[in-house]
Amino acid sequence: MTTTTREPTRRRTARRPRRPKLAVWKFASCDGCQLSLLDCEDELLDVAEAVQVAYFPEATRAVVRGPYDLSLVEGSITTPHDAERIQQIRRSSKRLITIGACATAGGIQALRNTRDVAQLASVVYARPDYLDVLERSTPIRAHVTVEAELRGCPVDKGMLLEAVAAVLHDRKPRIPLSSVCSECKRRGTVCIAVAHGTPCLGPVTQAGCGALCPAYDRGCFGCFGPYGSANTAALADHLRAQGMPADEVERLFATFNAAAPAFEAEAARQRGESAEVSP
Amino acid sequence: MTRARSLDVPVLARVEGEGAMHVRIRDGKVDDVRLQIYEPPRFFEGFLRGRDAAEAPDITARICGICPVAYQAAACNAVEAARGETVTDAIRAMRRLLYCGEWIESHALHIYLLHAPDFLGYPDALSMAADHRELVQQGLRLKKTGNELMELAGGRAVHPVNIKVGGFYRFPTPSEMARARASLDQAAADAEATLRAVAALALPDVRMDYHFVALDPENGDYPLEDGRFVLSGDGVGDPDRFALDLFDERVVELHVEHSNALHARLHGVGSYVVGPLARWALVGDRMTGRAAALAAELDVERPVRNPFASIVVRALEVVFAVEEAQRLLDTWPGDPGPSGVDVPRGPGVGYGASEAPRGLLVHRYRLDDDGLIRDARIIPPTSQNQAQIEADLRAFVEDHLDLDDAELTRQCEVAIRNYDPCISCATHFLRLHVDRG
Repeated sequence: MTTTTREPTRRRTARRPRRPKLAVWKFASCDGCQLSLLDCEDELLDVAEAVQVAYFPEATRAVVRGPYDLSLVEGSITTPHDAERIQQIRRSSKRLITIGACATAGGIQALRNTRDVAQLASVVYARPDYLDVLERSTPIRAHVTVEAELRGCPVDKGMLLEAVAAVLHDRKPRIPLSSVCSECKRRGTVCIAVAHGTPCLGPVTQAGCGALCPAYDRGCFGCFGPYGSANTAALADHLRAQGMPADEVERLFATFNAAAPAFEAEAARQRGESAEVSP
Repeated sequence: MTRARSLDVPVLARVEGEGAMHVRIRDGKVDDVRLQIYEPPRFFEGFLRGRDAAEAPDITARICGICPVAYQAAACNAVEAARGETVTDAIRAMRRLLYCGEWIESHALHIYLLHAPDFLGYPDALSMAADHRELVQQGLRLKKTGNELMELAGGRAVHPVNIKVGGFYRFPTPSEMARARASLDQAAADAEATLRAVAALALPDVRMDYHFVALDPENGDYPLEDGRFVLSGDGVGDPDRFALDLFDERVVELHVEHSNALHARLHGVGSYVVGPLARWALVGDRMTGRAAALAAELDVERPVRNPFASIVVRALEVVFAVEEAQRLLDTWPGDPGPSGVDVPRGPGVGYGASEAPRGLLVHRYRLDDDGLIRDARIIPPTSQNQAQIEADLRAFVEDHLDLDDAELTRQCEVAIRNYDPCISCATHFLRLHVDRG
């Protein structure tokens, strides 16, 4: 039996000025942030005309050699091999933007940072000796310089498009630096913490999601990580005073941005440890 | 003297996550086939220990950004089962609607962006769009409708925020539902056009003997967001039916050296298939309406034993999911009752399952007196399919040794994509490497 497939036809590269080369890289992650790029259904074909998709295994088997004008990096560094790979990627990238909580703060897999990795591995795998992993899950910034970081678990796709557009036009991406509270105000959502006593990380979490959870009658659970001047201790003390046990407060800070310094320190404080903070 | 070839794909493209393929051929015989999963392990079952059962849906969603709803639904089902609670019909309907969104989004992604370029001869959908712009736009439109349904019921397309143990934080408002309903008529037309287009593709003609496994919801629905029983069979004879709670006794997971995914084997059977082919084979007669009519008109055989025809069944399931979403919205009760039921903290052991776009997903949790997770087990679809993917590759390569390495390798990649493998899920899971030497 043979198939009727044809050889790949030529790509549309001729007859136009050189388009910037875009590469998308994956480290330890769930794929959700790079999926957010493919989720830009209305813009995807235009983006693919504005840039040359040079490396993006989730979307294409074609590979164009570097150097790349822009690399988007998803995921955190968790293996010795990946620690080397990110160095190579940095060397072949003019600009590098991290996308999402894993690449920016170590992700949920950074929960290993406060646990014994060998013991964790033995819970899942019969033969932990087949694995080659690092003790800690670390953000990309801990290994190489990055031009910009996009927060979120997952990233906001509007912000992703803005960051790509900004880099291609040699300007800084417009990334919100206020807290989720400011987005609730703008959206006109009644404060669920004040009105209903719902525990909410909004006051200490960076904006970017559009204050989604409070609009669904749910407290913010910190997908975008700590914002610049987050007073996590004051919020934690408030939650404790409202009757939330310390272990619950600890877990609230120990999720997708567990290794972001402000959240990591607060979780440690709730465990009764002195703050030991990731790079 | 030995004549040897080897085929290698160090980075498998157009799959979710990181894997590789390695095939070694000696003297015209396939000597070794490995679907290697090098996606780094993240230890979810490890750090679920000590977490509150109520956190399981949000934490396990992060196993996979492509099918977070599958994880959220299975986690909710498991925790609710552990605590002996059941949800209302309206909550079940809203979960099914959310899940229809994920099926439409994920299947459209796979059909148009990952799989169709293989059959039409392109490296990707973006270059395919240069010659088939309308077709790709149709796919993107469908995909977007799936995302809109997830945003409606879940608040967000990737890692929805609105689902919780016991139900939802809130139900969507009537006006939000009316807006989403409006785009479903176009989606129904797009889904039908998609099915007609993929049914007309020239696909490799392969026939395999498969053993299928799929969920069996008691209410007789096509399986999606829940089910307490599992069907297991070849799609011809009467299937074996067993309680989900016996899954651990029926399925053994093995840790093999070349993979960070655990390989699942069905007791007394060995490798088996989950996903669209399995659902269609075992419970395809439960499809109704337009999906059933189109399957008959287009002569979609049942069971489908050609793995390359999985794209046809996937497209059929999109037709079904769009129609099901229309039905769920059209029959949504005027007074749906509370959006959540109370699930008090406490001890128990519970199994929960759902049918992810790529197949059956099973969770099991053991909870302590404080409602904290003592022990978690997650069996994702791709680790269940992995042994069968390797068996398919072996059979395919042995029948196609006349092809040169480049073409054989390319077709092996297609054979892997037949399963819509989700490697992020299975790692807990893939590198193609063909060695003829």
